[in-house]
Amino acid sequence: MSGVVSYLVFFATMAGILGIVVLGLNLQWGYTGLFNGGVAAFFGAGAYVTMILGGRPEPGQFGGFQLPFVIALAGGIASAGLAAWFFGRLTLRLRHDYLAIATFGVAVAFESVARNAEWLLGGAKGLRGFPRPLEAAIGNNFLYGLFFLTLVMAVLLAVYVGLERLVHSPYGRALRAIREDEIAAQSLGKNPARLRLQSFVIGSMIMGAAGGLYVAFYAFVSPQDLAPVLTFQVWAMLIVGGAGNNLGAILGAYLIWAAWTASGFLLAAFAPQAMQLYTGPIQYILIGSVIVGMLLWRPQGILPERIARSGHRASGATTADNGGN
Amino acid sequence: MIQSLLDGILTGAVISLGAIGLTMVMHMLRFANFAYAELLAIGAYAALVFDRLFAALVPALGTAFKPLTLSASLTLATLLAMAITGASAVLIDWLIFKRIRAKADALSMVFASFGVALIIRNVITLVFGHNAQLYSPDIAFAVVLSLDPLVLVKPDQVFVLAAALALMAAFHVVLTRTTFGFALRAVAENPALAQVAGVRLSTMIAAVWLIGGGLSAAAGVFYALTNHLSPALGHNFLLPVFAATIVGGIGSVYGAVLGGFIVGIASGLSLMVLPSGYVPAMPFLIILGVLLVRPHGLFGEDLA
Repeated sequence: MSGVVSYLVFFATMAGILGIVVLGLNLQWGYTGLFNGGVAAFFGAGAYVTMILGGRPEPGQFGGFQLPFVIALAGGIASAGLAAWFFGRLTLRLRHDYLAIATFGVAVAFESVARNAEWLLGGAKGLRGFPRPLEAAIGNNFLYGLFFLTLVMAVLLAVYVGLERLVHSPYGRALRAIREDEIAAQSLGKNPARLRLQSFVIGSMIMGAAGGLYVAFYAFVSPQDLAPVLTFQVWAMLIVGGAGNNLGAILGAYLIWAAWTASGFLLAAFAPQAMQLYTGPIQYILIGSVIVGMLLWRPQGILPERIARSGHRASGATTADNGGN
Repeated sequence: MIQSLLDGILTGAVISLGAIGLTMVMHMLRFANFAYAELLAIGAYAALVFDRLFAALVPALGTAFKPLTLSASLTLATLLAMAITGASAVLIDWLIFKRIRAKADALSMVFASFGVALIIRNVITLVFGHNAQLYSPDIAFAVVLSLDPLVLVKPDQVFVLAAALALMAAFHVVLTRTTFGFALRAVAENPALAQVAGVRLSTMIAAVWLIGGGLSAAAGVFYALTNHLSPALGHNFLLPVFAATIVGGIGSVYGAVLGGFIVGIASGLSLMVLPSGYVPAMPFLIILGVLLVRPHGLFGEDLA
């Protein structure tokens, strides 16, 4: 029984961390119409930098500066933001797909550096040894799991509330305006290039924060965490939940993570011995089919974006229309 | 130095073949197609299947043309694979991209192409296994061109380079000498005007997929012939072919060819200063360089 409960706590923590990533992507994709092909890179930048700044010194391992967790996390967030700013500056003024290609390239390049630069990022074996915040004070493993879940939930809630306020402010309307009609927005004095860059940087910083939490949770990070599959999972979460709807983003994170872990578990339990090597590809096909299927048959997701609702009107007066995406 | 240059030129020829179709598709359909490089893998594996089939049916076809490891059965299989890959590119467009194009924006197309790539790559893994494979178990002996510095070239490599250049030349003739080629260029330049002039857009889109698929299949076979086949083939070429199109400028066929050689040679030469593990990052550095200096590429229009 306690095994089931601690697994549920573990599951909810992991899905919550991914939910934060999906919220970051939702700001970029859902509200601003920016394609981020390198979610794993911004998540990974947050994870690696948080590890280097806040980790314990290990023999033959760079970093281990043992800064307090909050400062290390801030460093991780800042590095993700800085990377986003740099690549955004280069690509956001071009055709939209340059951003997709460049961010995809960032992820490939980052993964190859992480795999090879052993002196800096530990190579294939990764970086280990992270003092988890307040672990010594709490002691008990199960209680610590609960504490960490609370921490993740608090960050998830803070990001959710912050984004909701942001997207329902005039600023959020400006973002959606440039997504829908750039020239019209420009004619009203909005600066699309700057707004896009800001949205891209803020979204990537949120992903970096999730990476920092992830490192604190596992006390370990390796190039495996930078693999493209993370990017695909996060996209599937957003498209299933509903791009342009923050609640949908979180719902999608939990649903897809549940489906992913359940399918992995079922395949491990029931697939014949000879197929065990191929459970990964089967899961990838499933996630690819989810992405394509949703785009074909329900592109607005489970919880579609709600548009055209001025904040003070009584709810229920108008049923919001889907804002196709 | 010379060895790295030669290897780079060979890889460059493969990248160029792959990039020709991609640059046309990206220009015409206005989206970055991340499933495109999987066509190389489809082509390479289709050729493997038919090569084995032909060699089993008519054993005489299976003997290699010395000094190449290429056999008659593989040659036939490659031609068939080009047709099949072209047809699957058209089919994928009809089944998925066309339907999404009809109701959603370009962003959804990019997104869908990732999903398609994921499905294709992993279906290939399921069918053919994780392991690398070879067309021919024969050892391809390299010819020593020079001892100091040591330069080795395999006959297969010479053949592949010649065949790739021949395919590009053939496509050049089609583009510049035939009515069909004019129509293709007209659509690329101004789709609306071309339609007014009586060019059917949907036919041209299918033609571009067919040609792109065929050339990609050849690229995949050429790479597999001189290296090996693995399900990661498409994924490994994805960034290089994108880099080639961006260097050349999206929409420019000749730019893509030149871009392919630039990317191939740069990656080959980078091996002299960087450990091989960093090579996947090389096309990305080239993309960054182009975006910094000349964002619309060598021959591209300003699409900002």
